[in-house]
Amino acid sequence: MGIIRSLKNNLAVFFKKLFNKKNARIGIYGPPNAGKTTLANRILRDWTGDAMGSVSHVAHETRRARRREGVIIKTNGNSVTLDIVDTPGLATKIDFQDFMAAGLDESEAKRRAKEATEGVIEAVKWLENLDGVILVMDATEDPFTQVNVTVIGNMEARSLPLLIAANKVDLEDSSPTSIRDAFPQHPMVAISALEGKNIETLYEEIAKRFG
Amino acid sequence: MNGIQMDLISEDKMAKMAPVEKVRFIIDEVKSGKILVLESGLTPEEEANLIEITMSQIDPDNFSGIEMESYPFKVNNSLLGKLFKKNTIRTRLTVIGPAKQLKTLKKDHDLISALVLANK
Repeated sequence: MGIIRSLKNNLAVFFKKLFNKKNARIGIYGPPNAGKTTLANRILRDWTGDAMGSVSHVAHETRRARRREGVIIKTNGNSVTLDIVDTPGLATKIDFQDFMAAGLDESEAKRRAKEATEGVIEAVKWLENLDGVILVMDATEDPFTQVNVTVIGNMEARSLPLLIAANKVDLEDSSPTSIRDAFPQHPMVAISALEGKNIETLYEEIAKRFG
Repeated sequence: MNGIQMDLISEDKMAKMAPVEKVRFIIDEVKSGKILVLESGLTPEEEANLIEITMSQIDPDNFSGIEMESYPFKVNNSLLGKLFKKNTIRTRLTVIGPAKQLKTLKKDHDLISALVLANK
């Protein structure tokens, strides 16, 4: 089996070079504070030894999309090379008073709100330039948010692959089955990006869906 | 008389508008304080575009964005759709209003429960 698998991989690399196929460009999407950057950091640390960006309990910590090219994920004899884009949290509303409630002063809160709006615009624009999406959902929250519905709709309209990461299953009140029930048409992996729980299963799905 | 205006927009009215007109119409109406119920909703691309334009309109002291709720889309999967990477999406009823006046209480495949607040 090992020889066959190795031959298969070599042939895949050969054909990729032959047809100059570009790496699949995968966006990590989701609402603010779902754990997108935590997952991006986990993936990069596992496969490149590096990190993508800082994380915070205050929403909209990531306000600029960040891209990392050529991340090679190997699992079960499969190998997939991805360009990963960590996007700012998508939202339909941004109120600076929410940031003040999180402890920021007014001028800092307004600055963060302004940057967050720009980040959302950037995230929306990226949707048109991707080959697939990992949609990160907070498994402690209601999955039927408008952001989730809109992202899934955009992927379905373009017939592009989507993988749902039901994140934060390390928390007691998490309910990944609610996410599976809400969107049964898409593959879902229950993970804790923070603790690395089920992350191998996620990598297997990534290789399967985006390879 | 105090109250919040709610406009129920027919599928026919929206169908006459170009995508850019729809988004402009929605933003203008919502910024004026109205709550809109769209009979047939928006396409996923139009929803994404609406989010984008909403962000460009946010003003910290006057407009913090929109509350938008639509049912999950229905997809008509076809071989041609897969081949050309363009599926046909059936859009569904959508409610849109100012974020400070419309709050979603619960949502699932076939129910949207929302609260309309009288005060801005």
